[in-house]
Amino acid sequence: MAFVAFLIKRLLQAVLVMFVISLIGFSIQDNLGDPLRELVGQSVSEAQREAMRDELGLNDPFLVQYGRFLGKAVQGDLGRSYFFKRPVLDVIGDKFPATADLVLGATLIIVLVSVPLGCWCAIRPRHWLSRIAMGASIIGISIPVFLTAIFLIYLFSVNLGWLASFGRGEHLVEIAPGWTTGFLTLDGLSHLILPSIALSSIMMPLFIRLIRSEMMEILEQDYIKFAWAKGLAARRVWFLHAFKNTLLPVITVGGVQIGTMLAYTILTESVFQWPGLGFMFIEAVTRVDTPLIIGYIIVVGLIFVVTNTVVDLIYTMVNPTVRLMGAAR
Amino acid sequence: MPLLDVRDLRVEFPTRHGVLTALHDVSFSVDKGERLGIVGESGAGKSVAAFAILNLLSRPGRITGGRILFEDRDLATLSRADMRAIRGDRISMIFQDPMMTLNPVLTIGTQMVETLKAHRDISDAEARRIAIQRLGEVKIPSPEKRMASYPHELSGGMRQRVVIAIALLTEPALIIADEPTTALDVTIQAEIMSLMLDLCRTHGVGLILITHDLAVVSQVTQRVVVLYAGRVVESGQTARVVQNPVHPYTRGLLSALPGEGEPGARLNQIRGSMPPLTAIPPGCAFHPRCDYAEERCRVGVPPLDVIEDHNVRCTRARELIRGVAA
Amino acid sequence: MSRLSAVLGSDFVYRFRRDPIAIVAFAVTAAFMLAALLAPVLSPMNPHDPAQLDIMNSEIPPVWQSGGDPAFLLGTDDQGRDMLSAILYGLRISITIGIFAVMVQMALGIVIGLMSGYLGGKVDAFFMRLADIQLAMSTLMLAIVALAVFKAAFGAELFSDMAIIMLVLVIGIAEWPQYARTIRASVLAERKKEYVDAARVIGLSAPTIMRRHILPNTLSPLLVISTVQVANAIISEAALSFLGLGMPVTMPSLGSLISAGFAYIFSGSWWITTIPSIVLIVLILSINLLGDWLRDVLNPRLYKG
Repeated sequence: MAFVAFLIKRLLQAVLVMFVISLIGFSIQDNLGDPLRELVGQSVSEAQREAMRDELGLNDPFLVQYGRFLGKAVQGDLGRSYFFKRPVLDVIGDKFPATADLVLGATLIIVLVSVPLGCWCAIRPRHWLSRIAMGASIIGISIPVFLTAIFLIYLFSVNLGWLASFGRGEHLVEIAPGWTTGFLTLDGLSHLILPSIALSSIMMPLFIRLIRSEMMEILEQDYIKFAWAKGLAARRVWFLHAFKNTLLPVITVGGVQIGTMLAYTILTESVFQWPGLGFMFIEAVTRVDTPLIIGYIIVVGLIFVVTNTVVDLIYTMVNPTVRLMGAAR
Repeated sequence: MPLLDVRDLRVEFPTRHGVLTALHDVSFSVDKGERLGIVGESGAGKSVAAFAILNLLSRPGRITGGRILFEDRDLATLSRADMRAIRGDRISMIFQDPMMTLNPVLTIGTQMVETLKAHRDISDAEARRIAIQRLGEVKIPSPEKRMASYPHELSGGMRQRVVIAIALLTEPALIIADEPTTALDVTIQAEIMSLMLDLCRTHGVGLILITHDLAVVSQVTQRVVVLYAGRVVESGQTARVVQNPVHPYTRGLLSALPGEGEPGARLNQIRGSMPPLTAIPPGCAFHPRCDYAEERCRVGVPPLDVIEDHNVRCTRARELIRGVAA
Repeated sequence: MSRLSAVLGSDFVYRFRRDPIAIVAFAVTAAFMLAALLAPVLSPMNPHDPAQLDIMNSEIPPVWQSGGDPAFLLGTDDQGRDMLSAILYGLRISITIGIFAVMVQMALGIVIGLMSGYLGGKVDAFFMRLADIQLAMSTLMLAIVALAVFKAAFGAELFSDMAIIMLVLVIGIAEWPQYARTIRASVLAERKKEYVDAARVIGLSAPTIMRRHILPNTLSPLLVISTVQVANAIISEAALSFLGLGMPVTMPSLGSLISAGFAYIFSGSWWITTIPSIVLIVLILSINLLGDWLRDVLNPRLYKG
């Protein structure tokens, strides 16, 4: 029962945050650009404009207009893109799979590298590999993601010519209607590798250091000493007793980092001209395509809220001490 | 042939401030089924001795001398795999704080079954059966249900019972209990202690009880070792040492107990406190706190001598027995 | 204050002198700071002055390459701008934005953190929840969105003129939770101590207690965070400029220099983007190494996560 209460509380919070984001989105729309400019040319008289304003409800009180905006948004209507001349959600839907590919690729790389390396650095802090990993991680933190991207392009595309430097490639596989992925073809993968590495490079050092420091702290705990005293195999002590406890803080931080990762997709996609949401957003900013800008903000806000809520729920499910108390941390 | 024979054990911690010696040539032994108390203030090296036996010293501590003979093998030189086979099987350990000893994210059942399976080639079902039986022995109500519980769902006393049950799982020859009741409520300390005593008796298990409490030692153990600043200062049969303490430190510990001396009289405290490892005074380490200290106590560590019926490390031991010293 | 100066006097300096990485990191950081400060003196030309540009001098390689010109040690960009001058001025702008943004963060963070920790209750709950949400949203994302909206609203022209102020404010406001949480944690820890109770009993007011007792004890965590945050702010500025949401090409920071040069990487004029990149990386790496070293030495209570 406590869990259900927690769930409801968490969902209410998510709705509240979405409400605030939509309010911000709407006030941007309200202040940015004149919708009439898009609908009619300059040749329309001021009286006619005023009549159209009334008709479109642009002269209604702020709250009424916001209510209308919210009502439409809930039904999936975020207006039409000035540039693409199509509904905003359709444009976003088109671009979303590319970003999803990129984020998935980067996440895979981060998890596959940082978990084993972080654990190793904690278990054998004086080993040469640990020293190299720690040294590399501080260099990694110090290189902005767009420079990593440029460097990767310069090395692997311009100099060596091994991998593609821009776009998603020609051969993508449609796994659902309107949803393509580059994971299933060689061409798709060759385009995916560099952007994924670039995007993962910014999170990697952070996760290696986080996993290392959390695990080192946990290895000093009494229950780990007790596990050794019980005569358990080293593998079981490290990868069950210590790692399961390490996972809790890593999940919390990891959840927060999903948001950061989305921000970095903007940079990565710009360098690689990756046809995803981030690249679309930067182009929309240059074109002052207000509905698309707002659409992006709302969709990204939704992604943040959903992932954070899911992470919180996973956390409560993994951590037995939280589950029983039911309340938030 | 004792079950465990620790001879001249020396443990050192190399640090930035030089090498610190936590244990100076400490010797003691435990016979089969015998109960030994190791007594001293915190920092005396009691826990270091316990962890050294199991080769679980935390970094950078290491054994630099002596032997730890257990069932004809020297634990100090054993390979990692052989040592692991002994830990939790032939020698179990009970930690001080039951709140910290059990892994918070694993169920009681998991933490019990894994111990058995690490040492016995048995099925999960068989391991569970033994685990439930042990939980019953430590008087945990509805043990089957408790197997699925997480540690935080149990009280401190209950958790220490679980730890005791884990220690008994494999029918070890020796249990090392490091201040097993200190972290518990005063009301249940005696209960847990007598439970442990009963179980050691019925299973014929040897016990090393590490504590700062001489009263408990006199009730539970047959022999006692008093440690001060990493050295044995007095050791022997518990009854003899308690009735006839010689070393001023042991005397101080005893007179600090409630119930000694006149009713209503103030409890005696040993003045000062144990020096840290970085600042052990020369000579007898206890001399700055000792009421009987003389000039000669400041130079040269006194040897551990057999005085009357037990061992004492004090330059003035013979005078103290005769009551000459003031 | 006495605690910090005691540390500065003894162990701190001793450990610094024994750590070659710390010495090099400090020397490099200091050299960059000095170069930024003296940029107008050191630079052969003023890169912000279009009158000094000569398109005839465009894309000259650095002096050690064939075709290099001793007048332009690090070559020129596509508009004939001397790269050495551009980098020195860019460094100046990047470091200025980094430091001022961190000052904004610190000011906000200290005020909110002190209030949160000292007043507790609803004030605390509100700010900490806000910090949670803001961190979850990612500070870079907030900065990008805010600047994008400003740019769309004001137009590129006005945006260029106000870029420095906008960047300082946006990066400053986006990162306050770091400081606020640390200060709050320190306040909560200090509040438990007896001398704060004693001060309250004597009748000192809350602001006095905070100023005299609590803030001095937060100095070492503040120092560690600030070092790392300056590096982060410089990276953020570079990223925003790279996206065209930061400094304009007419008044470039290191980030906008890299961004402007990116187009020439394929045509062979590698130096336009590479040299500012190296400067940026070395600068940030030095500051980060210094921050790491400070954290090891001062070992303050930092808010985790």
